[in-house]
Amino acid sequence: MNEYTLPILFGVIIGTVARILMLRTDYRQYPTYLHGKVIHVSLGFIAAALGSVAIPAIMELEFTAVTFLTVAATQFREVRNMERNTLTEVDSFELVPRGKTYIEGIAISFESRNYLVIITSFISTLVFLVWNVYYAMIAAIACLIISRILMSGSTIKDIVDIKHHQLHFEGAGLYVDNIYIMNIGLPERQEEILKYGMGFVLTPKNMNVITTIANLGQRQAILHDVSVTLGVFRDSGTPALTPLIKRDLDDGRIGIFILPQIREVDKAIKVIGAVPVLENAIRMPSESGSVKKGGNS
Amino acid sequence: MQIEKAILAVITTNRSAIDGGAPIFICKNRKEAEDTAANLEAITDGIAHELSEELFIIVRH
Repeated sequence: MNEYTLPILFGVIIGTVARILMLRTDYRQYPTYLHGKVIHVSLGFIAAALGSVAIPAIMELEFTAVTFLTVAATQFREVRNMERNTLTEVDSFELVPRGKTYIEGIAISFESRNYLVIITSFISTLVFLVWNVYYAMIAAIACLIISRILMSGSTIKDIVDIKHHQLHFEGAGLYVDNIYIMNIGLPERQEEILKYGMGFVLTPKNMNVITTIANLGQRQAILHDVSVTLGVFRDSGTPALTPLIKRDLDDGRIGIFILPQIREVDKAIKVIGAVPVLENAIRMPSESGSVKKGGNS
Repeated sequence: MQIEKAILAVITTNRSAIDGGAPIFICKNRKEAEDTAANLEAITDGIAHELSEELFIIVRH
């Protein structure tokens, strides 16, 4: 036991707790049960340890020790690769795939959560050493709250209006409102689709959103989340029964055609609204200098 | 999400309208064409698309 034992211990525990709090198993069923969680809690523990020892190292004038943090950065980039590889491998066996953009988003958040753990441990240990354990606890709680805020992004319902529309056929063409989805040739398939399918139209609230929801990855994420939550009426070898999203080129609205097993309009609207807006899909044309100069954003 | 598309089969009731390319199935009437298209759709894992009253194609997406 020396003067640093308790602060380091405190930092490590707070960091690991932070990682556990950030590790949520929800409707996405990811990470799955124990094994996936063990991996992430262990990595969180390592991150916490690295964050905690940084301050004592500096206080002992061991500045080279800080280079350990670069090792950590490499390590956690590896985490992102690992998540990406696993999810991409598994994705081809999903009835409705997640899509590359969604996977990239998940992988990035796994990496960044480890950095949040490092920062939490770093700050807790710092406060413990400079003041005392009570201030450290307050700092730790503040860090946990800030991490919570940092890790939650916006959802689809913040950026669009969602309306239910009946599906209909014009000849062999399937339409949601006036948005063409696809050509279905067989009358029996058409009947199935009218019976089991549901249509929704998402109207963007501003010009930035138009590009965001047009992103193919964002659209696939919506289809995946809806299919996971409400079930999907399809099997391998029935390509005609594929949920699809198409775009109205005129005004950027998108038409969603889904085949859920639970056909409740309110629930479906809620589920679509809760789909996360993928970081990689967000575009901000209104922030462009040329648009601002024109003054018409 | 999108793989290369290919026309796997053509089903028609009007022989004079088509020529060459994919396997062609000539049917006597609309009912027969629909049944053939349904079977071929299931067998080939493709989608039956209707181009006109007398012409279906099976496409692998």
